[in-house]
Amino acid sequence: MSEAKIQIKNLYKIFGKNPSAAMEHVKNGVGKDELLEKHNHVLGLKDINLDIQSESIQVVMGLSGSGKSTLIRHINRLIEPTDGSVTVDGDEVLKMNEEQLRSFRRSKTAMVFQRFALLPHKTVLQNTIFGLHIQNIAEEDAKKSALRWIERVGLSGYEDKYPQHLSGGMQQRVGLARALTNDGDILLMDEAFSALDPLIRKDMQDILLELQDELQKTVVFITHDLDEALKIGDRIAILKDGIMDQEGIPAEILLDPKTKYVKDFVEDVNRARVIKAKHIMSEINGQDLNGAMPIDQDEFIDRFIDKVIAEKPDNLLIQDKDKKNVGFLSTQKLSEILKR
Amino acid sequence: MSNFLTEFPEMPNKQFREFKKGVDASYKDFAREWGDFIDAMFEPLLKMLVFFEKTLIATPWPIFMIVLLGLTYWGSRSYKLVIGTFLAFVFIGYFRMWDETMSTIAIILTSVIMSVVIGLPTGIAMSRSDRTQSIVTPILDIMQTMPPFVYLIPIVMLMGIGKIPGLIAVVIYAIPPLIRLTNLGIREVDKEALEAADAFGATKKQKLYQVQLPLALPTIFAGINQTIMMALAMVIIASMIGVKGLGQPVLQSIYNQYFTKGVLYGLAIVIVAIVFDRVSQSYGQRIQKHRSGKIV
Ligand SMILES: Nc1ncnc2c1ncn2[C@@H]1O[C@H](COP(=O)(O)OP(=O)(O)OP(=O)(O)O)[C@@H](O)[C@H]1O
Ligand SMILES: [Mg+2]
Repeated sequence: MSEAKIQIKNLYKIFGKNPSAAMEHVKNGVGKDELLEKHNHVLGLKDINLDIQSESIQVVMGLSGSGKSTLIRHINRLIEPTDGSVTVDGDEVLKMNEEQLRSFRRSKTAMVFQRFALLPHKTVLQNTIFGLHIQNIAEEDAKKSALRWIERVGLSGYEDKYPQHLSGGMQQRVGLARALTNDGDILLMDEAFSALDPLIRKDMQDILLELQDELQKTVVFITHDLDEALKIGDRIAILKDGIMDQEGIPAEILLDPKTKYVKDFVEDVNRARVIKAKHIMSEINGQDLNGAMPIDQDEFIDRFIDKVIAEKPDNLLIQDKDKKNVGFLSTQKLSEILKR
Repeated sequence: MSNFLTEFPEMPNKQFREFKKGVDASYKDFAREWGDFIDAMFEPLLKMLVFFEKTLIATPWPIFMIVLLGLTYWGSRSYKLVIGTFLAFVFIGYFRMWDETMSTIAIILTSVIMSVVIGLPTGIAMSRSDRTQSIVTPILDIMQTMPPFVYLIPIVMLMGIGKIPGLIAVVIYAIPPLIRLTNLGIREVDKEALEAADAFGATKKQKLYQVQLPLALPTIFAGINQTIMMALAMVIIASMIGVKGLGQPVLQSIYNQYFTKGVLYGLAIVIVAIVFDRVSQSYGQRIQKHRSGKIV
């Protein structure tokens, strides 16, 4: 695998008066609750290790207070860590001086916020252009680029409106357009859709996925909603009380939850809608696959299950886009996975 | 022993007299030595004040009226306020108080400009450092609780009687709310808006001009409004040390018990105050329209 776009290594964050003293306790295994009660410090993150691949969507999931926002803010160093390292494209973010950090934030990252964080005294266009404006980019070019993204997120005609005159969903479109106008490789989204109504939220998820198909950014997406995580994430990391419980592709998390916390999280998920054929196939090893039903490896189970029930084959033959056989799946295994 | 309990162990009379004499003498020396220099320092300010005053008085009244009503409409977008302002100034003009009113407007204008020039940066500095805030706050407390007469004394000793000492007294009296509200307004700016600016790589200066000041503007404006009001309230006291305007006739009326004159000039002050207050407030509200102080 190529070197990860973002590498987070042994990252610790402790909030309080004397974090380095509290570090000792944390390293000795004191947990979040005890640290707060006995030592009056808040454990934000403990020993986080995470490699985020270029051009993928990494979801970070966890309940309120689990440290999701704290983690994502370390990537563009809005928060200083207590210990550890964060590198982007091989550059250590934590070693950058003020000037370097500013130019890193301007050119490599852009952020979308849970409560939008638009500037109420600026219009949609002025908000969208903000990132370029502070880089003193020529007005003409900046405007052209901003207008393009305003159109892409479906806000044409609203350029001169103020944020207050827009619904929550529309405001977050502005937030997204503002981030995209900045054109960094990395998109940081901290519960970007959590404040939106379910329907609008689905719209926004679809917009994001559609844009991602085309733009291929490295997206770090925070959510506390498993359905959203499964829909959007190429990989999912699960945080609990500042500790990363598990990290992997969605199917891994669903099929093989490592802790009770993760198990509780994934219990009620409709697996058929989340697991793709390729996630559960086995290697072909001389089995007799005569009469096996061909299935595309990227199909979700619920897309082919009806056909399986109707035709009752013994095996499914899993194929890639070019109809090359890549594995097989016995109907028996499939039914076990769905029953579990 | 009983003496000790009933009478406070105070400084002996002779010593106290010498103490006062000593302080007075050294301040007088200071005043003699530096008075001219300080006068010279404030010369540009005096020029500005005199310029405003002369211009306002020399302006034919219909032109002044048109400009004033235009400004009132521009600030408030309210015809009611425009008509009210018109009637108020007709009253002032008809009862022979026009020139004094112009003098007063000139000193209000000058002292508000001076307050903004000093107060805004001070408030900004305060908002940026808790240390600065903890130093400036008690100074503002003193400025607001000390009776103006007390600081008139050293000012007059230093600069004599005249427009500039009056102006300084007005500014000392009127500037604290502007400083406080500038500080407060900037500190209250939504943390998320600032975080967004940080995340996009804004410099400190860009954050100040593009996020903090614009979002704090309604609060700052409330400060300017209060400063205007307090400057007007100070006009009578300032007239005691030679500031021309609506205050002087009021003062005269008190000394000589001219009832009607006192009431008329008093009313004129009230009128100017109400007009300035309403116009600046509705301007303040108008600029907030599409930007409630909160982040959305
Ligand atoms: N500046 C701070 N000072 C002290 N404690 C903090 C600070 N910021 C965060 N914390 C604490 O760190 C922990 C993690 O907070 P964080 O905001 O990262 O959680 P989160 O997973 O984003 O939660 P949410 O879903 O509510 O946004 C919480 O216990 C929080 O109280
Ligand atoms: Mg959060």
